[in-house]
Amino acid sequence: MKKLTPIIEWGTLLLSTGIVCFFLVVILWDLISKGASSLSWEFVSTLPKEGMTKGGIFPAITGTVLLTMITAIAAVPFGISCAIYLNEYAVDNWLTRIIRASIRNLAGVPSIIYGLFGLALFVQGLHMGTSLLAAGLTLGLLSLPYIIITTEEALRRIPASTREAALAIGATQFESIRDVVLPTALPGILTGVVLTLSRAAGETAPILFTGVAFYINNPSGYLNQEFMSLPYHLYMLSTQHQAIEEVRPLAYGTALVLIIVVFLLNLTAFYIRYKRSKNE
Amino acid sequence: MKLAAREKIDNTGRYLFRITGLLVIAILGGIFFMLLWNTIAFFIKVKPLDFITGTQWDPSGSPAAYGILPLLVSTCLVTFGAMLIAIPIGIGTASFLSEYAGKKLKNILKPIIEMLAAVPSVAIGFLGIVILGPGIADLTGQANGLNALNGAVLLAVMALPTIITVTEDALQGIPNSYKEASYGVGASKWQTLIKVTIPAAAPGILAAIMLGVGRAIGETMTVLMATGNASAFPKGFFHSIRTITATIAIEMGEVPYQTTHYYALFAIAAVLFLITLIVNLIGEYFVNKFRKYHSA
Repeated sequence: MKKLTPIIEWGTLLLSTGIVCFFLVVILWDLISKGASSLSWEFVSTLPKEGMTKGGIFPAITGTVLLTMITAIAAVPFGISCAIYLNEYAVDNWLTRIIRASIRNLAGVPSIIYGLFGLALFVQGLHMGTSLLAAGLTLGLLSLPYIIITTEEALRRIPASTREAALAIGATQFESIRDVVLPTALPGILTGVVLTLSRAAGETAPILFTGVAFYINNPSGYLNQEFMSLPYHLYMLSTQHQAIEEVRPLAYGTALVLIIVVFLLNLTAFYIRYKRSKNE
Repeated sequence: MKLAAREKIDNTGRYLFRITGLLVIAILGGIFFMLLWNTIAFFIKVKPLDFITGTQWDPSGSPAAYGILPLLVSTCLVTFGAMLIAIPIGIGTASFLSEYAGKKLKNILKPIIEMLAAVPSVAIGFLGIVILGPGIADLTGQANGLNALNGAVLLAVMALPTIITVTEDALQGIPNSYKEASYGVGASKWQTLIKVTIPAAAPGILAAIMLGVGRAIGETMTVLMATGNASAFPKGFFHSIRTITATIAIEMGEVPYQTTHYYALFAIAAVLFLITLIVNLIGEYFVNKFRKYHSA
């Protein structure tokens, strides 16, 4: 009995770890085994046909790519600038504490509430209507706190001596940040940005009322028009379509493409991080 | 470039950076104000007491009923179920990673957890429909397995990476001297973990759980796809439920602008916002407590 106890103890921990791995295996195995047969060049490069029961998902792919680009344009400069302020300029006073508390709270706000805020602010308030731009900006707001937090972490890792060296040879603080601090922190910042964008690319709730559409007859490239996106396409195909069983292979194909896009972004981030850790 | 010009750029930069910092407060304030404004507009038309104590959510009925209770109970039920699954598995996995796994195994397991965290919620919801749903239907003999149990399992999968990562950080933060003292009096590795390391890391673990709860409560797509969305008062794990988030997602697209129904959706969003805010504040309290306790 005494010999058995450690095995049982070990076993419970190993079991829970095994369950976690099992979840990922099930997700990947199911999507790959049933989605792979739907994947073809035609699937990713043509428009949907015959009420979504045939054809490809080209507009959904371009829609997601464009949406993520707008998200990046809106959130990245803003987020990095805010992180620079917090790490390089801000002193520890009540204002800074309020800014930090706001960022932490924004990170915890449910994504559907960002959707409502985007609807109220961009779609109705600023009269953008349901459009690619409104949805991109909404996702930008959602991404902002994550970009600030990861960028600040990257900046914090730069030793103070690096900044002092720049200041000592006569650079202004702005020059020291632009020419020394930012380039050194770049890999860390990029890792955070790419991971955040991969999250944004898979989000559905914030774009529900801000511009996504089930079917668009073009590659969804106009800022002021509605667009298709991969996650929303998957949602519609798997729950709202009138012939759900018939379009299931297409849904699997869409899910697989979505997962591939998200994982590719993640791998990029891992690669940047790996290279950085090797350099250090 | 002249020094005066460079200093001008330096000053402009400082102002620009500060403005972005202040804008962050404005965004949170904007969200808060939007929810408050529309909730007040709602309470002018519907009595707050009817909203809080109403057991029926039926905006298109006559008379329309705007009781938040069924939605709130649904949200709590599915989150509670998710935590029943995710907390033991999460703490177990974090303990394994922190106390038992070697460096090589860790280098395999950590990316697995990060990949799990990266799976979009809509893909997890999809698998709830195609794998878990039929599985539950076979077990219970129901027509489809779209119910609270399905949603709870999926939310557990989504909350696990957060719980594992934060719990592991907490366990790693416990000074080695604690464990050595425990080994010194003859405790085994397991006894040390259960009686010393986990209790010492308790505030950090509670913070992890709170973050997981926050994620589960605010999640929209998985519950929207996997729980069936019946608007009746929730009866249990084997029945269809309809959470606050799913209600907003379903009804916001169809409701006319500035009607009572429109305002009602902002009012339930305000309740959701308050709950996540409180959960996050509790989490933050424990994180700070943990930090203070161990730096002392």
